[in-house]
Amino acid sequence: MTRLTGGLIDRSQTLNFSFDGKRYQGHPGDTLASALLANGVRLMGRSFKYHRPRGVLSAGSEEPNALVELRTGARQEPNTRAAVVELFEGLEARSQNRWPSLGFDALAINDLLSPFLTAGFYYKTFMWPKGFWEKLYEPAIRRAAGLGRLSMQADPDTYDKGFLHCDFLVIGGGAAGLAAALTAARGGARVILADEDFRLGGRLLSETGTLDGGQATDWVSALEAEFESLPNIRVMRRTTVFGVYDHGIYGAVESVSDHLPEASGRVRQTLWRITAKRAVLAAGATERPIAFADNDRPGIMLAGAMRTYANRWAACPSETVAVFTNNDDGHRTARDLAAKDVQIAAVIDARPEAKARGDYRLIAGGMVTGSRGRLGLKSIEVQANGRSEWIECGALGVSGGWNPNVHLFSHHRGRPIWNESLQAFLPGEDGPPGLIPAGAAAANFSTADALRSGAQAAKRAMDELGIAASSPDLPRAEEADYKVAPVFNVPGKKRAWVDFQNDVTVKDIKLAHAENMRPVEHLKRYTTLGMATDQGKTANVTGLAVMAELTGRTIPETGTTIFRPPYIPVTLSVLGGGDIGRHYRPRRLTPTNHWAEGQGAVFVEVGQWMRAQYFPRAGETHWRQSVDREAGAVRSAVGLCDVTTLGKIDVQGADAGEFLNRLYCNIMATLKVGRVRYGLMLREDGFAYDDGTCARLAEDHYVVTTTTANAGLVYRNMEFARQCLWSDLDVQLISTTDAWAQIAVAGPKSRALLARIVDGFDLSNEAFPFMACAELTVCDGLRARLFRISFSGELAYEVAVPARFGHALIERLMELGADLGATPYGTEALGVLRIEKGHAAGPELSGQTTAAMVGLGSMVSQKKDSVGAVMSRRGGLAGDRRRLVGLRPVDPAGKVVSGSHLFAEGAPRKCDTDQGWVTSACYSPHVRSMIGLGFLEKGDERLGEVIVAANPLEGESARLLVVPACFVDPEGERLRE
Amino acid sequence: MLIPHPLLGPRDAQEFTYLGDARLIDRPDPSAPDAEAAFCDYVFLRDNPAGVHRELWFHEQGDRSWLVVTRDTVTHEVLGAELARNVALSRTRCGK
Repeated sequence: MTRLTGGLIDRSQTLNFSFDGKRYQGHPGDTLASALLANGVRLMGRSFKYHRPRGVLSAGSEEPNALVELRTGARQEPNTRAAVVELFEGLEARSQNRWPSLGFDALAINDLLSPFLTAGFYYKTFMWPKGFWEKLYEPAIRRAAGLGRLSMQADPDTYDKGFLHCDFLVIGGGAAGLAAALTAARGGARVILADEDFRLGGRLLSETGTLDGGQATDWVSALEAEFESLPNIRVMRRTTVFGVYDHGIYGAVESVSDHLPEASGRVRQTLWRITAKRAVLAAGATERPIAFADNDRPGIMLAGAMRTYANRWAACPSETVAVFTNNDDGHRTARDLAAKDVQIAAVIDARPEAKARGDYRLIAGGMVTGSRGRLGLKSIEVQANGRSEWIECGALGVSGGWNPNVHLFSHHRGRPIWNESLQAFLPGEDGPPGLIPAGAAAANFSTADALRSGAQAAKRAMDELGIAASSPDLPRAEEADYKVAPVFNVPGKKRAWVDFQNDVTVKDIKLAHAENMRPVEHLKRYTTLGMATDQGKTANVTGLAVMAELTGRTIPETGTTIFRPPYIPVTLSVLGGGDIGRHYRPRRLTPTNHWAEGQGAVFVEVGQWMRAQYFPRAGETHWRQSVDREAGAVRSAVGLCDVTTLGKIDVQGADAGEFLNRLYCNIMATLKVGRVRYGLMLREDGFAYDDGTCARLAEDHYVVTTTTANAGLVYRNMEFARQCLWSDLDVQLISTTDAWAQIAVAGPKSRALLARIVDGFDLSNEAFPFMACAELTVCDGLRARLFRISFSGELAYEVAVPARFGHALIERLMELGADLGATPYGTEALGVLRIEKGHAAGPELSGQTTAAMVGLGSMVSQKKDSVGAVMSRRGGLAGDRRRLVGLRPVDPAGKVVSGSHLFAEGAPRKCDTDQGWVTSACYSPHVRSMIGLGFLEKGDERLGEVIVAANPLEGESARLLVVPACFVDPEGERLRE
Repeated sequence: MLIPHPLLGPRDAQEFTYLGDARLIDRPDPSAPDAEAAFCDYVFLRDNPAGVHRELWFHEQGDRSWLVVTRDTVTHEVLGAELARNVALSRTRCGK
């Protein structure tokens, strides 16, 4: 078949492309499907289950059959719909779900086995033996029944996300959408016009009807030029609005470079989040096929699509075509194709009263009852008036009527309403607020009605928004009535397809009916009707109608099909946008990050933070060597660790002390200025949840710290307490975590090192004792805060400077401390030091432990109320007798594994004999064996006992000695030196 | 979803962190004789209405105000938003 005359293709240019390795040519303006049809290719794919030969059914995004793999290598994309793939130079496409070739497919044997592959077959057939499902049946079925293949390589393209705001969003650029956009844009509203096609016009591009006596495309071009000149309208072609979300938010995907041979620096697709005050749903309508025997052969397509291919793309699947219709619209296809010198074998109209609209053979009251042609249609069987005949034709246009595209109107669970005279579901009254249906989507099928309804919808929206807009002069257009007869299914014994993509036939629906899977929800799941990638756009209503016929009920009684987003398949790549890999979430870097990188540090992610885990040195081959060395430096000399990541919250105001009293379980109001106190916070349910230090810099000024992990949560809870619980208190909060670089200087030589940077500040034990704090200057005038606090159990300080000086400070400290043995240490050594000292951290404050369990029960003040105080006294919590203990292996070479559960020696290892668990464990260079912390039933009374730590996951257990939860300097003398 | 912030105008819900029932503002009196039972109710029990619900949202990616948002949980229609601080203060003045 060669090209017909006319069409909206640029014949001055030729585009080369290939399908299954064979080379073809098309023109700019073509889709892959139109170019293939113009090259005489009808066979484009194989069906999902039966591997039936299939050709293109539609001319739009509803396409169920012509799914192809596009492009090669990492850019290979499965299941693209040939009907919407815009042709470009060098396009490579392959058919899918066939082996070895599209013309000869070995698995077409499934078609002969179809009696065994009906609805629900896998529920019945593959029941036993049980183990076979996972190992044998499912993999075999997945190989046999399937769609395209993934490249199995990372997607090399880039994607983007964008946000748009407008007064009026127009969904669909056909007659109704254009009229709506024109009305609103001339009124001055901010308008976005989104259309999924690469050319504006919708059905206007498919029809031959005139506007004001001229070509419809001329009217569209004039409008496009006007839109171009207006600053308040944005026209978005190749943009599909796929979902309606709350409060006027619409999701849309724009194909930015899908239609180009190379993205050449551009993103491939953009995900748009459009916030619109009002929107018009002018998404048009989708034609539905009629189910008859063997209605799925290549060459059998929707009558409206056949007309589109002829009028817009000058392509036709055959020189001789027939039309089977139950409505007036099918006759247009015959009329338009005849005008392009395509031979019309016959028009079969199911309505006995039908009249011919042109010079062609009409078989009124007829039905197509069968078809022939293995890889493409050769003839159809027609029965009329009790007679049967075979008519030769290479293509058949089928029209079972039009379904308004109500999908987006259902996205908030709005139920479409059945209209008996139009035999279609129409938008109801319960659609998303602000979304007005118009055009064919609201069953305004004639061009004139579509134009009018679009302008009216826009006028209504403008009135609601208080924007003065008047309806524009609309062009004179075709006003034809649309009459349709309820014919969905031609009775017969052979298989008649309803859902082409998932191979659901009338027989399957009958089986579902016979097996009592009658509610539409059961029908869908039992037969998989409408569950393919096309979501049953051409199938759902027909399936419902067949079930209605079987049950003897009406269609609305049988059920309604409603729709959820997305309207078209949306790739995960575009939903991810740029948020992949390193950009998946924000990465926060400490002020000393670049310095630590220069030191060769190994980093670990802690929440969003990248923290130095340890600093390997030349010759160290195992991380433990580095960690032991770093911990040893803190115990014997001085270590430096960036602790900026700990949350810092500045609390100011006359009532700051009282406020903190109510947040911490211990008393903070009595803290003296210049002193620091450890604080523990409870949740309101009484469990411990975060700890930190609270430093009082002035009467009305505290700085509190939180754990790294809970910095955001604690701040949120403190704001909640301030604004919602005790809003009468005079207190203000601000998070200063990022404002201050804070470096721990820990070890017996820390005072000596700090003395070299402070500006005349007395660091002596008398002047600046353990738990002192001060504001001072360091390094000749740099504003700083100094806290004498210790996480390691050694003499230690934390010094804070404005964040931008953090890098310089650690360099200075390293330089000045070289002779003292200043050593940077990371989070691993930090962990070892705190376990050795027995300080509770994340594993101990797991949200399921109480203050008493971590040995801080006496901190919960009985003198005052605080968050969680009341609930911490309830029996279940107060009665918990598990206590934090230290653990060390009886065999010094033995292991301590965190997560192990503790049992008395000889006791069975069951839930009811479980006595606690190991929370933290590490190798202690100080103790020279592994050590651990854990919660043990009455642990405080069992020091010296030997217990068993069981790790059934690894099949291990170890005998551990219960010791106090402090392995270093239990008297705390080093802290206070 | 859009939250009509009383100070900042309509803001995207993604800027907010959701907490739940605005009854959390009414923390029980810890010194009452039945404090434990009242706190148990306060901490663990929430109404879960299909319909109008007053709930707490925190403008975490914004001005850090806690808001009381009145929302229809069936339609997601937002009927109003107030500063939680003002709600709390007005209750204190009324003696709750």
